[in-house]
Amino acid sequence: MNIVVCVKQIPDPASPGALDPSSNTLKREGKLVLDDSDRYGVEMALQLVGKAGGGEVTLVSMAPNGEVSGMREGLAMGAAKGVLVSDPALKGSDALTTAKVLAGAIRRAGEADLVLTGTESSDGYTGTVPEQIAELLGLPSITFAKKVEIDGSTVMVQRQTDAGYDEVTAPLPAVLSVTAGVVEPRYPSFKGIMSAKSKPVDTCTAADLGVTPAGWDGAGQQIVNVTAAEARKAGEVVEDDGEGFAKVIAFLENLKVI
Amino acid sequence: MALNSVWVYAEVADGKPTAGTLELLTKARALGAGSVAAFVVGDAGEAAGALGAHGAATVYATGDLGGKLPGPTGSGAIKALIDGGSAPDLIMFPMTYGARDVAGRLSVKLDRTVLTNNIDIDVAGDDVTVTTAIFGGNTLVTTKFTTAGPHLAMFRPKSFAAEEGGAAAGAVVAAAVPDLGASGAATVLAVHTEESSGPKLDEANIVVSGGRGLGEAGKYVLIEQLAKLLKAAPGASRAIVDAGWVPYSYQVGQTGKVVKPTVYIAAGISGATQHMVGMKGSKNIIAINKDKEAPIFGIADLGIVGDVHKVLPKLIEALQQRG
Repeated sequence: MNIVVCVKQIPDPASPGALDPSSNTLKREGKLVLDDSDRYGVEMALQLVGKAGGGEVTLVSMAPNGEVSGMREGLAMGAAKGVLVSDPALKGSDALTTAKVLAGAIRRAGEADLVLTGTESSDGYTGTVPEQIAELLGLPSITFAKKVEIDGSTVMVQRQTDAGYDEVTAPLPAVLSVTAGVVEPRYPSFKGIMSAKSKPVDTCTAADLGVTPAGWDGAGQQIVNVTAAEARKAGEVVEDDGEGFAKVIAFLENLKVI
Repeated sequence: MALNSVWVYAEVADGKPTAGTLELLTKARALGAGSVAAFVVGDAGEAAGALGAHGAATVYATGDLGGKLPGPTGSGAIKALIDGGSAPDLIMFPMTYGARDVAGRLSVKLDRTVLTNNIDIDVAGDDVTVTTAIFGGNTLVTTKFTTAGPHLAMFRPKSFAAEEGGAAAGAVVAAAVPDLGASGAATVLAVHTEESSGPKLDEANIVVSGGRGLGEAGKYVLIEQLAKLLKAAPGASRAIVDAGWVPYSYQVGQTGKVVKPTVYIAAGISGATQHMVGMKGSKNIIAINKDKEAPIFGIADLGIVGDVHKVLPKLIEALQQRG
């Protein structure tokens, strides 16, 4: 069982986001970290390969400046190798171009039985890339998977819905997007961190994959305005002295909801 | 010139169009397009009445999917209609699981970008722009489509108010699903509904949500007790949904429900961007959190800096005494 996991390397979510004033897109400079929501896919892939009793997990990622620090976190968890697409011409790519690049990288990674992604990234959260990849690869897809089991050449998934969940099945190979919380991502061991440094990462460009970079001009979209939203003002903030609950009661009474 | 034709990706549940569908149809009508149509994956049935009343003169419907998922079937049927000569200038989608899959696959089939998470749209001459809120909603970004249509845009729930226009039921037109090959091979075997009592989260007048500050799963009962006394819907932050304390259907936020109740009570929730975008449209916000630096206090009308394990039991007791 060979599984490819799409991972995104993003600016540290703990630091406040900022827009690049020249392009009005998210600043993605400096050291990048593995998107936390991608750890679930890496963990699930490792577990499924373990259960299958053979095969390997490959990570694919698109990032500026040959950045691999986030990908190394996934390799440290146990993935065998990586394919990194890094190309200045890809700066400003929209979700569709990103999907074309990732689909090309998945093909380059070799025959995969399963492709796993997160449901949406924590920085851009367009949320369409998993399904776009599936369409580009001509594969069935099941998004928002919260439980995944492989049975021979089919995959059984519990797919999150508004009302509960659906049981969905698809033949392999298939593309799945997995929800956060689906498995408990492992912490890399010291040995894992050390060995990740020497694991192979195949770095390539858009041209290597046969993808024409759309960049700023060809993305089909252009940011024309950025404004501050009307701020919601903070109201009264009080320290609870044991009577804080009474403030809440008075507030609710005033609104006539109790 | 204005747009000639706008389609709305319409969702039908229990024979009725969803709230998000009717919001988008109302907005589509207001854009002044020559014609507005709805596209339904599944049977339109009686929903054609409400879809028409909200502006859809035509209702394209695929009929029963036989267990196939909306992503490949919906995008395949829309592509076939477009190839058959009925291309719209714009297709508006609600931000839901099914619609997201359809829009993603359709963007590949049409080789068009898809802009998601929008809260507004504007048409000026031939220019179509959409607006999305980023950084927890404190910055608005407006983006223009720069290629020829059909433009693909997705909208967050409650971005627009739904209003009937008084027109007759939409004329239902069958939309054929072409052969999808391997990409259509996923099949739904069973549907499970998680029962919840009390008012629905996205329709309740009062919402009481709990977060990581509750400390452990067992303490969520405080949220449920308070919600019951206030006839409110219980909600949750992503942190405790991910931790498995409550089902996903409780989640308020970016990837969960968008709520705009009269009163929103956030207990033990710090106010991550992920959460704030789902509730900052509430008319009144009460926050209870022991960290006085928590971002949630920046948008709360009443903030109690205190331990939820002390404040909530007293609040529950006081409400019980009122009967």
